[in-house]
Amino acid sequence: MGDYSIAKTLDYKGLPCPMPVVKISQDIGSVDVGEVIEVLTTDPGSLADFPAWAKTSGNEILETQQDEGTIHIFVRRVK
Amino acid sequence: MSASIESQVAELREQMAGLRPGPESKLAMIVFSGSLDKMIAAMILATGAGAMGIKPILFFTFWGTAALRDASKRARGKDLMSKMFGWMLPKGRNRLPLSQMNMLGMGPAMIKGLMKRKNAASLDQLFEIAAQLGVEIKICEMSMDLMGFQREEIIDYPHLDYCGVATYLAEAQTASIQLFIS
Repeated sequence: MGDYSIAKTLDYKGLPCPMPVVKISQDIGSVDVGEVIEVLTTDPGSLADFPAWAKTSGNEILETQQDEGTIHIFVRRVK
Repeated sequence: MSASIESQVAELREQMAGLRPGPESKLAMIVFSGSLDKMIAAMILATGAGAMGIKPILFFTFWGTAALRDASKRARGKDLMSKMFGWMLPKGRNRLPLSQMNMLGMGPAMIKGLMKRKNAASLDQLFEIAAQLGVEIKICEMSMDLMGFQREEIIDYPHLDYCGVATYLAEAQTASIQLFIS
């Protein structure tokens, strides 16, 4: 894991497409610019969709991790 | 002096970038179909676009219009033909048939049950999220007229309006993504 602290962890487990991306777009504003959100999801599509969302919305995916069944996505609010 | 020229050039560059014509980050979608499966696809695309910061504008026309009827509302003063259309066409998004495997309504019931089990957002939820994300819905005035639908039987939705073909074309001309859901 990189050198950053997590401002908030959000649980999107069990939600399929399009909800993880819809939720992060609504929740990203709940942290300050520069802060990092950890998202927990069980939707494998999110592995491709979060970077696509970040690119379009101007935010940053720092890294993704997978442990049994749960995907962790670390999102930095850029703007 | 050179610093001031540099700053002027930078300022001009910024202005030029603003003037450059080009597609806006916008999704212009025609929802022609009134099938449950296609409506789900349309609404997932619309809410997804909203989440991505791509402005979604949905134009409902022909069979798609019936999906915007509110089953709890009544319209008065229809002529016979309009009444017949009213009876024959689905009364709102929760009565739509499937484009395949409809099986007299068993198909839609199966899909809805399956979606519920998989925790997927229902059409009702997708419309609610669309409203939150500012998804615009525009209804083709001519389809309303043709099907004999009246505005008082259309759903309550915060970003809803009526229009003709020119409104769609004007939006589509500047939209980076254009889709037709047939």
